[in-house]
Amino acid sequence: MAAVFREEHGRLLAALTRRFGDLDLAEESASDAIEAALAHWPAHGVPLNPGAWLMTTARRKAVDRLRRDRTYTARLAELRVEAERAEQAPVVAEDGGLPDERLRLFFTCAHPALAEEDRGALTLRCLAGLTTPEVARAYLVPVETMAKRITRAKAKIRDARIPFRVPEPEELPERLPGVLQVLYSIFTEGYAASTGPHLQRLDLAEEAIRLATILRRLLPGEREVTGLLALMLLIHARRAARTDPDGLPVLLDAQDRGAWDRTMIEEGLALVPSALRGGPPGRYGVQAAIAALHDEAADITTTDWPQIVALYDVLLTIAPSPIIAMNRAAAIALRDGPAAGLALLDALADDPRLQRHHPYHAARADLLTRLSRHPEAATAYRQALTHATTTPDRALLQARLDALDS
Amino acid sequence: MKYMLLINAGAVGADGGAAECTVEDWMTYDQQVKDAGIFVSGESLADLVTATSVHVGADGGRVVTDGPFAETREVLGGFYVIDVPDLDVALDWAARCPGARGSGSVVVRPIADFGA
Repeated sequence: MAAVFREEHGRLLAALTRRFGDLDLAEESASDAIEAALAHWPAHGVPLNPGAWLMTTARRKAVDRLRRDRTYTARLAELRVEAERAEQAPVVAEDGGLPDERLRLFFTCAHPALAEEDRGALTLRCLAGLTTPEVARAYLVPVETMAKRITRAKAKIRDARIPFRVPEPEELPERLPGVLQVLYSIFTEGYAASTGPHLQRLDLAEEAIRLATILRRLLPGEREVTGLLALMLLIHARRAARTDPDGLPVLLDAQDRGAWDRTMIEEGLALVPSALRGGPPGRYGVQAAIAALHDEAADITTTDWPQIVALYDVLLTIAPSPIIAMNRAAAIALRDGPAAGLALLDALADDPRLQRHHPYHAARADLLTRLSRHPEAATAYRQALTHATTTPDRALLQARLDALDS
Repeated sequence: MKYMLLINAGAVGADGGAAECTVEDWMTYDQQVKDAGIFVSGESLADLVTATSVHVGADGGRVVTDGPFAETREVLGGFYVIDVPDLDVALDWAARCPGARGSGSVVVRPIADFGA
């Protein structure tokens, strides 16, 4: 039953934060209200308007806490001012549910004044409704470490007074990419960044998709939000084919495309046109278009590589980065042959970030293998191994290196 | 809420001011801060060569030294204390400050409030 409250939790927390202007108090009273609901509803039935019930209960619990807790009483005068200012905010929305204040919270949790590493954790905690131990497990860090990070971020919000507000339309171009970056980093964290042996971890990719779906409902007109959601769906649709039964990663060219999630692909494809329409394309929209071309292709040879290269060219002008230049080189290799791709990869060799990025060395190794330059390929695989951290990645690279020697 | 804007000059010009902005830029900014009704206090500091450091040792004796000179790349050149509703507004004023341009930067720090 607790899972039912995850979405409600984010809404409730956002509404209470708006009301009290204090994230801690909002969080504690939201938990109190949900606890009360869990005790009350099974016995007495779910109230007609669950959102309003939770809100009323949470506000009463907050008053109790303010009376009981000295640290809160110290802030009471200030909170009263905040509460009066928020008085104009509706207590319930037109549909009778809670007013949706989550957009404010998205921007607060992704605020550039917070440490970059804390933004994703805070977003998962406040908007996805994950508990601190769940967030810690998701990022594979000890619970105390995560608790400290979340506390530190909340303290900065409170003490430096980072506001709970939606940026003005003219500020959006500066602020929205930060929110999207947080969601995208949660998504990629779900895929790539785990270190050590593969563990049962909470599915961060699904959480990111859920958050992006909420954000898109709140900002339906923002094409890059749509583009990001499309990109995540189109990549996540391949999840079942991304690892073999032993847990080793399977690269795109070797994936069983029959195992791809067709429903999720259709969902993603349906979003791509609106992500690209009505103005110059954004980085997530273009990346979604690239993912769409992969998902639509029957196999690696019939993939529309010229179109993919063209999209990478666009992407390089919008968001120049060595990683994108590297991916473009890999696409060129499939369009024009391994020698052409290798020449482009070698031209990027001076970039220190790519030197530490194991897929760069693995991509070089792969092209060198295809060109029958095995000793150089072996060197490149060894370089990749020095930078790969996850056990599955290391196992795959080692297997490829061993295959060269035999 | 009060915030201090600590204005760090990166490259200091011959006149001791930040190289990237003019006296007129500063006068305009100063006027804007005062017109907006957010000004609490603010000073610009004299050239770093006039600075003197004092340290009192465990024995109570004072050690006075000339400087410190450019041990750090950034040199505190002045400050404003402004009273604005929240950090976003403070960051906006920091971004408009001439000292934030070029090699300079402005550090925004909330003023601790022990009165509550």
